This record gives sequence, C-alpha cells and structure tokens, in this order.
Amino acid sequence: MKLKVISRSADEFTRERSQDLQRVFHNYDPKLRPQEKAVEYTRALNAVKLDKIFARPFVAAMDGHIDAISCMAKNPSQLKEIFSGSMDGDIRLWDIAARRTICQFPGHRGAVRGLTVSTDGRILVSCGTDSTVRLWNVPVSSFVDPYSSIKQTEPTSVYVWKNAFCAADHQWDGEHFATGGAQVDIWNHNRSQPVNSFVWGSDTVISVRFNPGEPNLLASSASDRSINLYDLRMDSPVRKMIMQTKTNSIAWNPMEPINFTVANEDGYCYSYDSRKLGEAKCVHQDHVSAVLDIDYSPTGREFVTGSYDRSVRIFPYNGGHMREIYHTKRMQRVFCVKFSGDGSYVISGSDDTNLRLWKANASEQLGVILPREKKKHQYHEAIKKRYKHLPEINRIARHKHLPRSIFKAAKLMHIMADSRKRKQERKKAHSAPGSVTTTPLRKRRILKEVE
Amino acid sequence: MEETHENDALPNNRPSTEQDITDELELRSKKYLRGEGADLKGLKDKKLRSQIVAREKLYGQTAIAAAKTEKWIMPSEAGFIVPEGIEKTDTIKQEAITREVDISSLRNQYDITLPEFGPYTLDFTSSGRYMALGGRKGHLAIVDMMNLSLIRDFQVRETVRDVVFLHNELFFAAAQKKYSYIYSREGTELHCLKEHGSVLRLQFLKNHFLLASTNNYGMLLYQDVTMGAIVGKYRTGLGRTNVMQVNPYNAVVSLGHSAGTVTMWKPTSSSHLVKMLCHQGPVTALAFHSNGHIMATAGVDKKIKLWDLRKYEAFQTLPGYANTLEFSQKGLLACGTNSYLQVLRDVSGTQNYSRYMTHSMAKGYQIGKLAFRPYEDVLCIGHSMGYSSILIPGAGEPNFDSWVANPFETPKQRSQKEIKALLDKLPPETIMLDPSKIGTVKHTTKEKLTKKEREEEMEAAIEAVKSKKLKKKTKGRSKAGKIMPKKQDAIANAKRPFLEQKIAEEKNESRKKQKTNEGVDLPKSLQRFAHKKPSS
Repeated sequence: MKLKVISRSADEFTRERSQDLQRVFHNYDPKLRPQEKAVEYTRALNAVKLDKIFARPFVAAMDGHIDAISCMAKNPSQLKEIFSGSMDGDIRLWDIAARRTICQFPGHRGAVRGLTVSTDGRILVSCGTDSTVRLWNVPVSSFVDPYSSIKQTEPTSVYVWKNAFCAADHQWDGEHFATGGAQVDIWNHNRSQPVNSFVWGSDTVISVRFNPGEPNLLASSASDRSINLYDLRMDSPVRKMIMQTKTNSIAWNPMEPINFTVANEDGYCYSYDSRKLGEAKCVHQDHVSAVLDIDYSPTGREFVTGSYDRSVRIFPYNGGHMREIYHTKRMQRVFCVKFSGDGSYVISGSDDTNLRLWKANASEQLGVILPREKKKHQYHEAIKKRYKHLPEINRIARHKHLPRSIFKAAKLMHIMADSRKRKQERKKAHSAPGSVTTTPLRKRRILKEVE
Repeated sequence: MEETHENDALPNNRPSTEQDITDELELRSKKYLRGEGADLKGLKDKKLRSQIVAREKLYGQTAIAAAKTEKWIMPSEAGFIVPEGIEKTDTIKQEAITREVDISSLRNQYDITLPEFGPYTLDFTSSGRYMALGGRKGHLAIVDMMNLSLIRDFQVRETVRDVVFLHNELFFAAAQKKYSYIYSREGTELHCLKEHGSVLRLQFLKNHFLLASTNNYGMLLYQDVTMGAIVGKYRTGLGRTNVMQVNPYNAVVSLGHSAGTVTMWKPTSSSHLVKMLCHQGPVTALAFHSNGHIMATAGVDKKIKLWDLRKYEAFQTLPGYANTLEFSQKGLLACGTNSYLQVLRDVSGTQNYSRYMTHSMAKGYQIGKLAFRPYEDVLCIGHSMGYSSILIPGAGEPNFDSWVANPFETPKQRSQKEIKALLDKLPPETIMLDPSKIGTVKHTTKEKLTKKEREEEMEAAIEAVKSKKLKKKTKGRSKAGKIMPKKQDAIANAKRPFLEQKIAEEKNESRKKQKTNEGVDLPKSLQRFAHKKPSS
C-alpha cells in the first residue's frame, strides 16, 4: 500500500525572521471563491460610489486680474506656466504650482483678445482691441521665490495695424503667427507688417487656430457663421462652410490632426473631419448656452469647453454627452478654458476675474501614489468598465449634480427639443410620403459648404 | 465535478513533446476559463466583435497562466492511497495508516473522551485552523488545531444544540436551550439573539455575513451579523426540523423535512425556491458538494441519495442510514450512523460513488456530527463520548490561497482580511439559485404563445377560479343566488386579460395589413381611412 496525506510544517509556510515579508501562496481555483461574480459586482458598485464620494475637482482659484479674463495661452515648453489676458489690457504669467503671478506685461490700452506663445516658449504674442500686436520676451523660469515681487516686462516690439484684433495663434513649427480681425493676417516675428492676408467674406474673424500636424494649415471662424480652412502656401482660402449659428472657437485634435471640434453659439460642439465638412462626425450636446471656448487634451481623447452658462465641461472626443461638469457658485461666464500640458488639469478663466484650476479627473487622488494604491485604482477602473452597462452602476456613474439654473434650462431645452421632434413627426404624418424628410442632427445645422 | 476529474485524468509522467505540454495546459486551464466563451455567431458589429475577440484572448492567456501556476508553483500535492494486489481501500484500517504516515500527521489521529457532556457537535473556521466544540450538556470550547492547544473552554449549564463560527475565529454562535448567543473567542457573551427563539440548527453565510437559523416552530430566520438587522423571517410551514445546510456555491439554505421533502430558501423571498420530494419518511441529513451541483440526502427509509441539482434528479441511490453527511473539499462524501462511518468517492468522475474508506468507533458511541477539516486530510467526528479525528487521504485541498483562507494567518492579516471582507459584503439579494446570472442581461421578451397554448392557459385560469372554494358565510350570504354572480364575476375577471390581449393583437394585425396593402401612397395620418377607398 502506498499512501500520502497532506502534511505541512509551519516552517515552510511562515517567515523565518520577523524582518522577512510574510509568505503568500496562491491557488486560483474558482472553487475556493464561491459567488465570485456577485463579489465582483459589489466591488464595482462600491468603486462607482467611491468615485462620487471622492469627486473634489476644484483645486484652486488664482486671483489677480481686475477685469474679466478674455484669453489664455499655454507655454508649450513649461508645464506649470500659463498666460492670461484680461479685458482691461493686463497680461499675466502665472505659476500654477505656486498659484501666483510671476510676471506682468503692461502696455495694451484696450482688451487683450489674442494670446499665443511660440513653440519654443520664448516669445509671447498678444493682440487686442487697441489694434496693436505686441511681442514680448518670456522671462526664463527659474526657482520662484515665494516672496519676490511681481516682475514687469517691456514689449520687444509693438506693431500698430489698421483694425482691432480678435484672436491670435502661433504656428506649431515655424515662425509665423496668425491674427484674426477684419481678415486673417499672417505675421512674421521680424516684420512690422503682415506677410500675407486672407479675406473671404466681409465679417470679423473670431478665432484662428493652426493645425498641429501640418504647420501651414489654418482654420478660422468668422461672425458671418462661417468656418474657413486656409493653406499658407496658397494665395486663397481652401474651404468654407457656413452653419446656422456662429462658431466661437476651434480646436484641432492633437492626436488626429485631420479632425477638429468647434464650439458653437447654439450650445453644441461639433466635431468635423477637415476633408469632409458636409457632415459632423459627432455632435456634443449638454451645454445650455453658447459655448465660448474649447481646448483638446494632449491625449486627444477628450476636450474641455467653457460656456456662457457658467460651467466647464469635459467631453469625450467621440461621445455625444459630457463626462464631467464643473461649476461653483462664484464662477461666472467662462470665457476661456485650457487643458494643462500633461492632461491632468483644466484651467478656466471667467468673468469674475479669476483663473480656476480643476482636476481633469474629478476623483483622482493627487500626490504620490503607492504601487499598491495604484494597482487598486487600476482594478477599480477595470471592474467599473466591465459592469458599466448594468443599470444600477450606470445610473450612479451618470448622475451629475447641476446648479438649479442649468438644471432648469436643460429641462426646458429638452422639452423644446421634444416638441420640435413631435411637430416634425406630425408634419411628416400629414404630408405625402417622401415629401418631408428629417435631416440628422449631424447635418441639420450646416447651411452650405463652399469649395 | 468534471473539473476535478479532468485533473485526476492528467498524465502523471512527464509529457514528452511540446504538443503534449500544450494539450495538458489546455486541459488544466479549462476550469479557469469559467465556462464557454462568447458566442460570436451572428454578431454583425465588427467593432464589438474585435473587442470581444481581444477580451477572450486575454481570458485565455490568464487561464493558461493560472494553469502554469497550478502545475509548477503550488507547494503541496494531494493525498492518496494506492492499494497493492488484492487489497481494497475500504478495508484499510486507521492502524494501518498510522504505520505509513509521517510523525506530524500522526498527531491528527486521536480520540478525546469527554463522557460527561456528550454528544458533541463541531465546526471549523474556513481555514481549518480553529475548531469550535459544543457538548449537548453545555460544554463549549475553542481549539487551535495547529498545535492542538485549547484556547478556551467553558460551561454554559444548559443544552447546546449547535455551534458555528462567524467570519473568523474571534466570534462563534451557539444555539442554546432558550436563545442562541454569540460569544467571543475568550468566552465572553457578546449578544443574546432572542429573535431567533430556541434554535435547532445554525449556519453562517460567509460572503453575506448572515446567520441563518431554524427553530422549534419551523421558522427560518436570517440575521445580518454586521448591523444586527433581521433580513428575513419565514415560516416554513413544514414542521420543525434540525436538518439544515447551506449550499456553498450559491448560499441557498436547504432544509430537510419530516415528510421527506427538501426545500431551498433565499432570504429575500417568503416562499421556498425549490421543493423536492427526496425520501419516503423523514430526511435525516443533507450535504452539498462544493461545486454546488451535487446534493446528498439521507432518510429513515434506509437510503442515501445523490442528486444532480442541475436536473433535480437522483443519479445514485445507496442503501444505508446516515445521521450526518459531509462532503470534503475534494468531493469525498462521509456518512455516519451509530458508531460506524463510511467515506464514499467518485472514482472515475462519472457520478458513480463507491465506498472508499470505512471506520468503526468503539461500540456504543453515537456519531453526531462529521466534519472534514479544510485543507487537511482529516475527518473530525463528534460523538456521544467526546470527539475523534481520523485520517482520510485525498480529502482536503492541498493548496490554500493566502487571500481566501490562510491556516498560518497572523493577527494583523486577520484584521485586514476582516476589513476587506466587510467591504465586499454581499447584499442578501445576490443569493439566488444560479449566481452566475449576476451581471448578465435579463431577457424580458417572452416567446409568443400559439393560439392553442393561449386557450389552454385561459382555461387553466378559469378552472383555478372555479375550483376555489368560497367561505361559508352566515345570514344568507352563502345562498346559491348570492354565490352564483360572485363566481361568474370571478370567471369574467380571470378571462379579461386574455381577451384584452387577443383584441389588441387583432387590432395590431389589421393595422399592419393595411399598411402593407393599401395605404402606400397616403401620408401616415390618412392611412387609417384607406379601407374606405372605393375598390378599383
């Protein structure tokens, strides 16, 4: 007879010395873990609830301007620096980490409407309603003494031009920059006059934005409700599309530079493929008032919008509804928003003269995270993803607390949309078959496309 | 069931070629895949298909990794007996085993004689490290089985019917004469559970933190031990019973009744989920295999039956009495009666249990409770003269998981695990017959019934109403003239939903017909007037 029974000696299964780590043994047999699916589901439910509990997106408000903030610019070479310009002509350079002003750029007589920084981060371009374009040297960032006074800088050059400016943007690779006013002007760092000008239509250009992939490509929007595409290598504009309402801002997707998203006056954002402007790729709805500014995350997976309805929202690049809404009682109309260079923060500038710093992920844990914590977060993400379609989890994840004004306005918009839909359906029912067609939302707001 | 035997069927000698190695890994990884993969047939969405394919691939990889761990990294191997020549395993005596095993295993063979407070019942913690002992006449004790040291024993001076550990060894519940009590490991009385009444059997549902009990009045009661709330209190209506067992696979509580039926219960419904007639005569014992598919029952009709719970059919009936039944982690079934016990085993994995080992106690000992010690090849026997422990090779799972149940747990690990377990506490709603349904899609669309089926259904409903007896009432209210309209009303009420449905369907159909036939050129709003058009 051959025989064996299980016999374990404690020495093999426990640590030798008290300084050693405890020994851990694994047996992945599903039989040892009954009801594992129920356990996993409960964990997913708890993870979703914890997300809501830990959602504290507001980090800081940066106070200093004495008028509404009209525009902002990221410094591409410095993660923690951001420029902001206000309606009274004040331009400030902020240190986000220390949450204070490092430097001021005085000179503008009217509102600053356009701010942009060259890709190497050395030259700041500003323009405004006083019809001037000013170039500034960006001070080299060093260790910031928290008690040092705010520095003041003189512009290196001032170019006076014929009309007021509304927007500015710097080329990603090269030394041209564009301004928008009565027309789109292309400037060089060293020339006091524009090197090129594009005119199509007669109305004011509201925003200009260079393509991050192709440095010579440029998109602009004008107050005649048009969106234009230009190529610097050609004399005339390339394409034009007219929508029913005007576009306030444009942002190119940095990861898919053929696509761009526009912030529209009707409260929707539209993602377009620049090769196919007849139909939007996606319509992002949720804002209840005009969207004033938009900026893509460097990952290209989501973008942030600021709106006249006093809220900042984050949308996925391919989703129709917001992922997150940020609001506070004190925040007024949001005129400009930016994603931080690493995609983990959002900065908004609003009518109440403050810059606000938000986390891009509302429930993200700040600071150094231990490896075990990190693993736990990853596990939570995975199970949330796995069970996201289940009604209870979906309901909790989707729930957003809205301020009363936005809640009511959203409800009203919903009712209006419903009644429009109903009307359309009835119209269809009472007309000869085929005579009334419903255009999809992705095409509905587009008036025409001009080559 | 199948899984265990696939493992047994694995080739023991080293595989020679790479093909053999991959085959073996595939066989081993089957249980880690947890069933079939997603069915991609008829899935037209290309994006979804590619996502599912990617995920299935990932599942396959993890299963292979787990299988590799099982093959190479597991520290211990399962116990076994290989008889030589004409020897049979069921004739091997404990004394013969004593001669063969190592010294440390010898410590697991003993008889403890405690004649005064007998018969004893016992319970193990999930790691098998601690044992709670309850003597009928009021003796309670906690024993550390690792070094066989008594942690605490005390007298409660009244009848003790059952003991059960809560989530760890720090707490245990004892069913005593009038009430049940929760004690700490040191023997301090923490709670008196008056709501339960005088309890006959206690069971603890580990994942849900529920203490289930059945009492003198045939009531089944669930109490949440974390918050103290009574989750469910149900009258079984089938008389008092002391046969109760939790199915470890789905946490459904089963009761064996004196009429030979077994009922299964969950805390969120006041009626039983399943009622099956198992024996002619009272059910004496009940046990569940850890995979949840096999139930063993014993009755006074001198039968031990093994049931397949997927089909609710008995697949094997063995002759014999049993006061107590118990499945081991590896699927051995121990049956005890009087002073004799036998252990059955499913040798070939074909659901055919045969005698594996036997053991006879000293004459006059009455076996009250059998319990396999988890993660060990040890069977503990609570009987009228104390308790004993014998060796059953191949009974226990050889490899424990430190995060599930660790016999070598330190106090710090225990406290951390307690917190983790509380965070993962399952709500009582998750108890259901098929727990794999959680997190899946519920199909709500009913199959359309045929006309005949519908008529049959209606007739059945009418019959049910007709056969219902009305109460006999006084003062002329039970006159034929009063009863007749009442009955007719009830019948009309029963008919109504069926007729309404029929009318609605006919309407729908006629509308559809119109749509397809005539009103093609008309706007939708005018289509309903289409049939008034003169036929041309």
